[in-house]
Amino acid sequence: MFVRGLKRKCFDGEEDIEGTLAGFKAIPSYNLQRQSLLDMSLVKLQLCHMLVEPNLCRSVLIANTVRQIQEEMTQDGTWQMINTQSTGQASLDRLVSTDILCRSSRDQAEGKHVPAYGTFSKDFESDQAQDSSETMSTAPSVQAPRNLQSNVWEMENPQENKGNFQKSLDQIFETLENKSPNSVEDLFSEVDNSYYDLDTMLTGMISNTKMGHCDSLETFSSPTNTASNSNCKSDLNDLDHIVEILVES
Amino acid sequence: FLGAGGGNDIQWCFSQVKGAVDDDVAEADIISTVEFNHSGELLATGDKGGRVVIFQQEQENKTQSHSRGEYNVYSTFQSHEPEFDYLKSLEIEEKINKIRWLPQKNAAQFLLSTNDKTIKLWKISERDKRPEGYNLKEEDGRYRDPTTVTTLRVPVFRPMDLMVEASPRRIFANAHTYHINSISINSDYETYLSADDLRINLWHLEITDRSFNIVDIKPANMEELTEVITAAEFHPNSCSTFVYSSSKGTIRLCDMRASALCDRHSKLFEEPEDPSNRSFFSEIISSISDVKFSHSGRYMMTRDYLSVKIWDLNMENRPVETYQVHEYLRSKLCSLYENDCIFDKFECCWNGSDRQVHIVMTGSYNNFFRMFDRNTKRDITLEASRENNKPRTVLKPRKVCASGKRKKDEISVDSLDFNKKILHTAWHPKENIIAVATTNNLYIFQDKMN
Repeated sequence: MFVRGLKRKCFDGEEDIEGTLAGFKAIPSYNLQRQSLLDMSLVKLQLCHMLVEPNLCRSVLIANTVRQIQEEMTQDGTWQMINTQSTGQASLDRLVSTDILCRSSRDQAEGKHVPAYGTFSKDFESDQAQDSSETMSTAPSVQAPRNLQSNVWEMENPQENKGNFQKSLDQIFETLENKSPNSVEDLFSEVDNSYYDLDTMLTGMISNTKMGHCDSLETFSSPTNTASNSNCKSDLNDLDHIVEILVES
Repeated sequence: FLGAGGGNDIQWCFSQVKGAVDDDVAEADIISTVEFNHSGELLATGDKGGRVVIFQQEQENKTQSHSRGEYNVYSTFQSHEPEFDYLKSLEIEEKINKIRWLPQKNAAQFLLSTNDKTIKLWKISERDKRPEGYNLKEEDGRYRDPTTVTTLRVPVFRPMDLMVEASPRRIFANAHTYHINSISINSDYETYLSADDLRINLWHLEITDRSFNIVDIKPANMEELTEVITAAEFHPNSCSTFVYSSSKGTIRLCDMRASALCDRHSKLFEEPEDPSNRSFFSEIISSISDVKFSHSGRYMMTRDYLSVKIWDLNMENRPVETYQVHEYLRSKLCSLYENDCIFDKFECCWNGSDRQVHIVMTGSYNNFFRMFDRNTKRDITLEASRENNKPRTVLKPRKVCASGKRKKDEISVDSLDFNKKILHTAWHPKENIIAVATTNNLYIFQDKMN
């Protein structure tokens, strides 16, 4: 937190520079300050709370700030410089993981209506159309990057590679809706048979945790997906955690 | 600024402080909302641990005419519990975001309390009598041997120690995908609205399995999301009118008679940006954290990060008054962005419904709170601190030194404690009594009665 009396090396006190966006490009420190603000903002967006949903208002305000900086840098011409840097596959994977890390308010369901899973991919839509009784089969064979999923909670490094900045910004916004297929597969890789057996078992203990969108999920048929079963063991830690919370409540 | 000696100026004195004395604040004890009921007799607080504590004002003591009744604990109950959303693998906090009282209709009191996802209607009732003299049961509840019963008697009510019971009468759940930030009871006293980041729902107090969506600003493509709803309130007199504020500093007034989904506003209140003050933080500090109608309904007040603005409902293009709460922070915005303080949501409130007096109050940092008198255009800064806790001693006004030479008794901006923030304040509906919440303590101040 803010340490009393400690002077911060930042924009503070330099109102002139803050005041005009267009001018003062000749001063190198302005670009540096702007860059540090950009870095700070990206770190803020990516450091999301693990257990509690991040504040959407805060995320939107920070994202808008990032966009502002990006627009100004585009006008400046400094943006092109950044984009020509090489992009590696490794950094793309990292993007995906921070994407999962940053899932804030994913829109899972529209209240009482048909769950929004159907919008994520055409496969789901066709499945839903076939099933009149609202049972839904889970994702087709999951190629979930399990190692990424398990590493996700440790992943806190801010985005280093500026070349992927634009992609990362889009990824971050996508998490708000969670439209990217990768994260959808990750979503369903967590949802497996053992999960719902536990849920049924513990229904009696949970009086208040019935979710509206569970209306459709309660009629989930057993997934035929054998791939997910092999991932059961890695989910046991998650399950223990859940049981712990339930038992405590 | 307002000080001692002014004829009509209020002189504020410390009255009480509630809460732990420790500097070490337990997370669950952090106060998250404060609200007087319609008579002012009851004062409710909600905390991060999901608990509601209600204080009741003592009946006025004729012998102590120089002070009003003290507030003592009346009822404490656990309103919300932590929950777990299995789908998102995320916890749902039990923190009470808002409490709103219903007007009293019978002996019992009712209030709405909400966390991020669920609103609950609580009934608080008193029990001060109990039936005694059953024929088949002993007083302790054991059943009597029927063969020993030789005469019959009619059970009677006998007085007992007062017991205050809180019971949940309605639970309004599963209607919000995003975090609820506001609830507001309609002037018809039958319906109320609940607002989250992207949607506003209308409920009937009797019906829990259905609510109407009246505002939806969620874009089809979430990548296009740039604005969220930050607060909402019903008009105090017009039961079809409500307002909601946004993170971009706009307020929209909507009329529910116009259409079922109020996506088109009737009025849009927005002040054009001051180009000389433009910075990367302009939008963040313009985000409105609270909106409150005046008692008459003619004006509304908004709070953004640095100021309080009064709007005339008949004028959309700018506020009629603007009061700077802590302008000295404008040069510190980058630091405040870094430590997240720039996202603090301060609330604001009007004075009680005294027609002559028009004062607005809001909190700041360092446990300071500010009051602005709309009539005299004077303002005052006061501090909620245990050091000033001598009843009937007038509080000393505080001053922050923005720059330059610091005078005696002034505090420099760099010395301010940004961990000590006053986000929630409330004003008694009828008297000059205010409740000010620091992180985990509740202060009650009243005006000096002569």
